[in-house]
Amino acid sequence: MATMLDYQTERATWCPGCGDFGVLNAMQKACVNLGLEPEQVVVVSGIGCSGKMSQHFGGYGLHSLHGRSIPTAQAVKLANKDLVVFAAGGDGDGFGIGMGHFIHAMRRNVDITYIVMDNHIYGLTTGQASPTSDVGSKTKTSPQGTVEQPILPLQLALAQNCGFVAQGFSGNVKQLVTLIEKAIQHKGFSFVNVFSPCVTFNKVNTYEFYKANLVDLDQDPDYDPHDRVAALRRVAEANNLVTGLIYEDPDRPSFEESLPGYPDDAIVSRDWTLRQEDYEAILATFR
Amino acid sequence: MIQDVGWKVGGKQGEGIDSTGEIYAIALHRMGYYVFTYRHFMSLIKGGHTNYKIRASNRQLRHHGDDLHVLIAFDQTTIDFNWKEMVDGGIVIYDASAFEAVKPSDRDVNLFGVPLTEIAKQAGNAIMKNMVAIGVSAAISKLDPEEFRPVVQDKFSKKGQAVVDSNMEALLRGYAYFQEHYHVHFPLPEKPDLRGVDHLFASGNQATAFGALAGGCRFLAAYPITPATEIMYWVLEQFPKYGGVVVQAEDEIAAINMAIGANFAGVRGMTSTSGPGFSLMMEALGLAGMSETPVVIVDVQRSGPSTGLPTKTEQSDLSEAVNGTHGEIPRIVLTPRTVEECFLYTAEAFNLADRYQCPVIVMTDLYMGMSFQSVDGFPVHQVRQDRGKLISDEELAKLGRFAYQRYDASVPDGISPRALPGQKNARYVALGNEHNGFGLEVEDQETRVAQMRKRQRKLKGFRHESGVTVDGRPDAPYALIGFGSTYGVLEEAREVLEIQGLPVKHIHFSRVWPFPAEAFHDAMDGVRVALVTEQNATGQLKRLIREQAGYHDVLQSCLKYDGDPMSLKEIVHTAYQTFPMGVLN
Ligand SMILES: Cc1ncc(C[n+]2csc(CCOP(=O)(O)OP(=O)(O)O)c2C)c(N)n1
Ligand code: SF4
Repeated sequence: MATMLDYQTERATWCPGCGDFGVLNAMQKACVNLGLEPEQVVVVSGIGCSGKMSQHFGGYGLHSLHGRSIPTAQAVKLANKDLVVFAAGGDGDGFGIGMGHFIHAMRRNVDITYIVMDNHIYGLTTGQASPTSDVGSKTKTSPQGTVEQPILPLQLALAQNCGFVAQGFSGNVKQLVTLIEKAIQHKGFSFVNVFSPCVTFNKVNTYEFYKANLVDLDQDPDYDPHDRVAALRRVAEANNLVTGLIYEDPDRPSFEESLPGYPDDAIVSRDWTLRQEDYEAILATFR
Repeated sequence: MIQDVGWKVGGKQGEGIDSTGEIYAIALHRMGYYVFTYRHFMSLIKGGHTNYKIRASNRQLRHHGDDLHVLIAFDQTTIDFNWKEMVDGGIVIYDASAFEAVKPSDRDVNLFGVPLTEIAKQAGNAIMKNMVAIGVSAAISKLDPEEFRPVVQDKFSKKGQAVVDSNMEALLRGYAYFQEHYHVHFPLPEKPDLRGVDHLFASGNQATAFGALAGGCRFLAAYPITPATEIMYWVLEQFPKYGGVVVQAEDEIAAINMAIGANFAGVRGMTSTSGPGFSLMMEALGLAGMSETPVVIVDVQRSGPSTGLPTKTEQSDLSEAVNGTHGEIPRIVLTPRTVEECFLYTAEAFNLADRYQCPVIVMTDLYMGMSFQSVDGFPVHQVRQDRGKLISDEELAKLGRFAYQRYDASVPDGISPRALPGQKNARYVALGNEHNGFGLEVEDQETRVAQMRKRQRKLKGFRHESGVTVDGRPDAPYALIGFGSTYGVLEEAREVLEIQGLPVKHIHFSRVWPFPAEAFHDAMDGVRVALVTEQNATGQLKRLIREQAGYHDVLQSCLKYDGDPMSLKEIVHTAYQTFPMGVLN
């Protein structure tokens, strides 16, 4: 059985204190807890500080393009269903340049887990406004404060009928581990948004800010994560500042389950040579 | 010379022109003729002029032919639009129950009115006027109308036997009407002897899709775009039978990234698109090159730039295929010359992608992709699957942990063995960032240079077919040069020029990158004037040849970019203007 040590890599290049360390730990721990070997796990990341996740995680990785982790990750999973596949990136990566893929991944419902390290800022490009920056955020590209409304990731996912929606916080790795475990176990596309503070460029959305403001829905015995409409209301009322399993529909069939002809065994392990009778059948269609 | 008959049906988009042409073409094909079809259509769904041309012969055809002997006109526009293609003595059949045809004055052509709609009504429904037209066509070419029954059966059997019968009835009535009223004919040449030939009817798009399946491709992600969508249709029909997956991606950016993801995971994956979609893929092309992930991209070119002429043909993506994406990556660009090569080269593209661990672009165009033609079988026995350098579990076990270098820069040929996710002792990160041998992002100059050199080395040892073919007399002082789909028309042009006494050879590229310099130099031996014939405005192939091989004083251009495929006449005409008149030897 793999231990945390097996998932260790040589170095992590994030700023000391960066929220992404917590996310990395939580992803590794969740995999260890589920008894996964590192070579069974693939992390496909986009570009950004968050994009370094594929490097630091310690499984197979594909450090793809800015905003493109989701399509790439879906294909990895479809090609080899025996792998556990993460897509990971930042709020700029996922809700800016890559937003289209996010929505379509929820429609398609391939069995991957999507983790967004949401720091409300563009970190790697040194501090510009992000799609989740609050109105009025002063950044390098919004010196007078942003005037655009932020993207609301949870509401978006709930509205799109995403089968699994959770939100975590880098300052609460224990809860995040549980959420990621559940996300991996969920059949179909699962979305985990994580408040992951950028200690270098975002002086507003800090650990202290979240500690003071987050409401943990996992601790609320009255909260039912199977009621989508109630979830939408609750998230909106709390101004998104919630953590926990927000919504899960365990019955929604995955893309793989629904797709006619999708094989039971991993495509990568099949023999792809056409036999003589296959050729005959195909050539007959051309006569 | 080819003995042939040119037939065309035209009308408004939405009038069933395509199905008329298709039924006639398939029937002729099944009777044993060689056919080549070409669809002219506009980027709208109803209205506008559309036509479907069939050239039929007793010999293999690679071109739709310049000439028209029989034209079926559902409206006056069809006559006005296609008049110039008609040969002297040609026949125009028009729907006399719909309009009174006006004959343009500059050609000796015969107009024959047939009340197509009226006859169709008598047979049960006005919409069957196209079947009446087919019956008339059969009479003109002295074909047995009963030979059409199996095709009509195939086409309409889903709608019930009554529909089949009434369509056949309309066809027979059209046949009888023409027999009774007119006595002109355009008989087809003697049928060819097809013994020992697998006489097949296919388009370049179908052949490309079939090639992918045969080549082991089991993943396609694509976004609809004319003229490439048919590849997705074909694959959708076949892949599920063989455990393959087709994803209609949300856009082309997703499509190519998906194809890269599938290949990273070890499954042969591709994406198919046309110009605008291909442009959207440029960033990911760089990722495939940098991360050394195999991927196959099919670009069925259409007229650009931008949305250009979306339903017209062109060969203007060559520069983008050869140079496109930021930075510098190794890539392979194949340009199949025929439908059979669409099959073989697409199958082979997956081997090359795996062997050289880089993107392979298969470039066809609308003309090749959407034109259906008869072929003498597909070269299925030439298909082999070669996965290139994959590291085995045993080798990895021997290496132990932390020793495997996915991007080992010291490999002499630049190609380091690939591991697939799931394999022990080999976990690595495939990435678009510069990296060291282990796949760790590093930026020092030494590593950068070593990794750039490694990637650049890969294609130094490129081995495949020569990439250039030569037809005709090897010592000829004149040459026609082209790439891809113009092969057929250039071959016909060469034959015409030879018959007229010009010593010409035909040099054709089936691969433009890596540039087949050696084979090209050999082919150019003795050439004093060469006409580079290509369907774009700036002479992209000529530029590439000059850049890669020279011949500045020798190369002239024959360019076409009006959306129509090359005609034989244009090439022959330009050749006469370009090559000095008369024979030299
Ligand atoms: C196509 C493209 N456009 C722009 C960039 C530059 N870029 C790199 S990272 C980044 C933003 C990253 O922000 P975010 O996704 O929030 O991640 P963070 O660095 O904050 O973790 C941008 C714009 C790029 N790499 N590629
Ligand atoms: S800049 Fe911000 S997001 Fe990037 S590593 Fe530093 S703290 Fe983390």
